[in-house]
Amino acid sequence: MSDSAAPLLDVAAVRRDFPILNRPFEQGRHRKGTLPVFLDSAASAQKPQCVIDRERDVEERYFANAYRGVYWFGAKVDEELEASRDAVRRFLNADSVDEIVFTSGTTMSLNLVARAWGGKFLQPGDEVLITEMEHHANIVPWQLICAERGATLRWLPITDDGRLDLECLDELLTARTKLFAVAAMSNVLGTVNPIDELARRAHDVGALICVDAAQSAPHGPLDVQCSGLDFVAFSGHKVFGPTGVGVCYGRRELFDAMNPFLGGGHMIRRVFKNHSEWAELPAKFEAGTLPIVQAIALQSAVEYVERLGHDAIAAHEQQLLRYATEQLTSVPGLTVYGPAIEHKGAICSFTIDGVSAEDLANLLDIKGVCVRHGHHCTMPLHDRLGISASVRASFSLYNTREDVNRLVDAIQFALERLRG
Amino acid sequence: MSTASTMTIDELIEEFDDLGDWADQCEVLIDMGRELPPMDESLKTERTKVHGCQSNVWMVAALSDDARPVLELIADSDAMIVKGLLSVILLAYSGRTPQEILDVDIEGIFRRLGLDRHLSTARRNGLAGMVKRVRQIAAEAAAA
Repeated sequence: MSDSAAPLLDVAAVRRDFPILNRPFEQGRHRKGTLPVFLDSAASAQKPQCVIDRERDVEERYFANAYRGVYWFGAKVDEELEASRDAVRRFLNADSVDEIVFTSGTTMSLNLVARAWGGKFLQPGDEVLITEMEHHANIVPWQLICAERGATLRWLPITDDGRLDLECLDELLTARTKLFAVAAMSNVLGTVNPIDELARRAHDVGALICVDAAQSAPHGPLDVQCSGLDFVAFSGHKVFGPTGVGVCYGRRELFDAMNPFLGGGHMIRRVFKNHSEWAELPAKFEAGTLPIVQAIALQSAVEYVERLGHDAIAAHEQQLLRYATEQLTSVPGLTVYGPAIEHKGAICSFTIDGVSAEDLANLLDIKGVCVRHGHHCTMPLHDRLGISASVRASFSLYNTREDVNRLVDAIQFALERLRG
Repeated sequence: MSTASTMTIDELIEEFDDLGDWADQCEVLIDMGRELPPMDESLKTERTKVHGCQSNVWMVAALSDDARPVLELIADSDAMIVKGLLSVILLAYSGRTPQEILDVDIEGIFRRLGLDRHLSTARRNGLAGMVKRVRQIAAEAAAA
């Protein structure tokens, strides 16, 4: 997308929506009056006032358990939960709210698919394909279920510049492949994967596609019908919503054919002493009490993003990514991982020659710059990159060029200290 | 400023008090890390690695041959601030008998240095991992 054609995001106004960005740090580690530069949205995004207010509103006005009470509180909770479910359905362009299951987050959603689908349908000799850039949450559930079912886990490699190596796809995605689990966007490299093409090629060999949309969701929604996706997982807290709530989308025929994931509570139709029968979708996959307040406030988060507009957000983030990449790569000895910016979203993971990621993150913190360091739950990817840790600066709709400037200044400060 | 090799732990606590500011305290830790003698690369093995640390940390210990055997500790990390923290641990433990090591109130020392407030939970866990390793070595030596 060209910058000139895109609508503009009023970032100053956006920043006013996020109270945490406008409060100086509490005294302790930082110089008095230091405002945070928050560059860790890929781990968890900050919440706008409308989400904070919505959670509070539920707690103060009508909180009760869901799907149980006939009294007004209970009925109101049910109504608001279903409104949120419909907002998520619209966000993903799913056909029906029956295909939208509330979970505790992406990790639980992926475990749900691995256990409830893989636990029933994977057979010895079947293969599950994942990629070298996956988050552990899209690796470990597949390792566990493949081991249990006698299936084989295969890995699609990445290219040296951090994109999926599609030349290897024909060799790895075969008639033996039953499911291809892949991130829409890498949480380290920022790589945006060609999900439409991957879905088409998975379906060409009769495999399903399961998309980890945790990173991509805050930057732009997926269209599950248009892209032909079978399963999609994402988390509320990365799309400016509450923690503790996530979404698992599954195509109705698949959800219908699967066994429940967890047992108990609202997921049954009838329990007998010797067996049970399952509730209709989506309740079948919503055992126990839902994260009610969080699931309701997820609607406010999704609508907030929709109100700002995906094109405006994407244009802003791409501009910021270009500027950050230019500024960071001008630091001597600094390497940014991942592909050229036209193939990635607003994440810069980097290392600096002779400097440990932990030292860098600690010294950036002194300057009020919040970044993450370590392996970012992607050990196989870090092994592939030949590094043990990296520092990740991730940008979101509320970040500015000034944030990038403060990041680079803080890196200079850290290097002066460390190189003495 | 005294150097790591000549300073006592009480002097370090005093210096941290005087500085007051975490940025300056951090600089002292980095300086202490820089002064930490490097560890021979051949000693950096899976066996000497301290787990529970975000950055790599290695630690080896041996009892001296003296009439009053004391623990000699060698430690290293790829992170300078972590090396500084290792210096603090060495300052608290080096040259002490195994029993003296077991008697040191290391949590109290970290608290007086303000490290409990300034380090992340992950780093504090890492620090606890290093202390655990030293105490384990001391306990084995004391029992021998």
